[in-house]
Amino acid sequence: MNCREFTEFLHEYLFGDLPAEERAEFDKHLAECPWCVAYLDSYRKTIQLGQAAFSGREDGPPPASAPEELIQAILRARSRSS
Amino acid sequence: MEEPAPSGQPGTNSDEAALLARMQVTDAAAFEACVRMHCGRLLVVARRILRNDEDANDAVQDAFLSAFKGISQFKGQSLLGTWLHRIVVRAALGRLRRRNRHPERSIEDLLPHFGDDEHQIDLPVPWQEAPDWSLQQEELSELVRRCIDRLPDDYRIVLLLRDIERLDSQETAQALETSLGVVKTRLHRARQALRTLLDPHFRRGDV
Repeated sequence: MNCREFTEFLHEYLFGDLPAEERAEFDKHLAECPWCVAYLDSYRKTIQLGQAAFSGREDGPPPASAPEELIQAILRARSRSS
Repeated sequence: MEEPAPSGQPGTNSDEAALLARMQVTDAAAFEACVRMHCGRLLVVARRILRNDEDANDAVQDAFLSAFKGISQFKGQSLLGTWLHRIVVRAALGRLRRRNRHPERSIEDLLPHFGDDEHQIDLPVPWQEAPDWSLQQEELSELVRRCIDRLPDDYRIVLLLRDIERLDSQETAQALETSLGVVKTRLHRARQALRTLLDPHFRRGDV
């Protein structure tokens, strides 16, 4: 395995259901390649950062910015369509 | 092995069941309660996808009207909020497709490039450990959101649906009317591209 293959199929390594011998190929490459170790780590952190960038907005109270105007427009449209 | 993509808990609590029952007999007050309860959260989802307040408002309105039209078929097999979330995602994606008639810009520049020796041309540098991230949390989140916004839409949307809206791959493929293979490829490329955009901010020694 080389860096190009490692990078291309990294998603399978992290989340795929790889057979043991294929996983061993990835592990062997990682043991020899500090750049792919760094890439794998930063790829994982990218996923964490992406998820964290929007978290905290889901569990809190609904945003106050749902405009009354929109709420009323929805309710009027429902009345018209019923 | 599917990546974890938690969704709402199945079943309804008694308040929600009562609200649903009232909506199913077209109780106007129940519809209003539902809109007030869920409108804000759905608006956040639509804004993420559409990045335009006016389009997001329209998508939310479309979603509620579509949901109310189909309320008699909703059996409460998921939470009402989870069901509405799926509907607003579809409504927002529909608007995005109608809006995006221009060709997508390429993601190629944001993907790793390799030399003849099969090593990356720009050799990866280790990132700082999480506790060392020097930006304040909100500042950090804003930076990441800005970088996500720079991804081409085809990739940005897959990333949003999978990693942020927590749809699973099958649901994402259905929402985008595409295959599981395309979803998997786009998600990987989106993450790689986002990594490229974040790299200057997090590589060790550069901040």
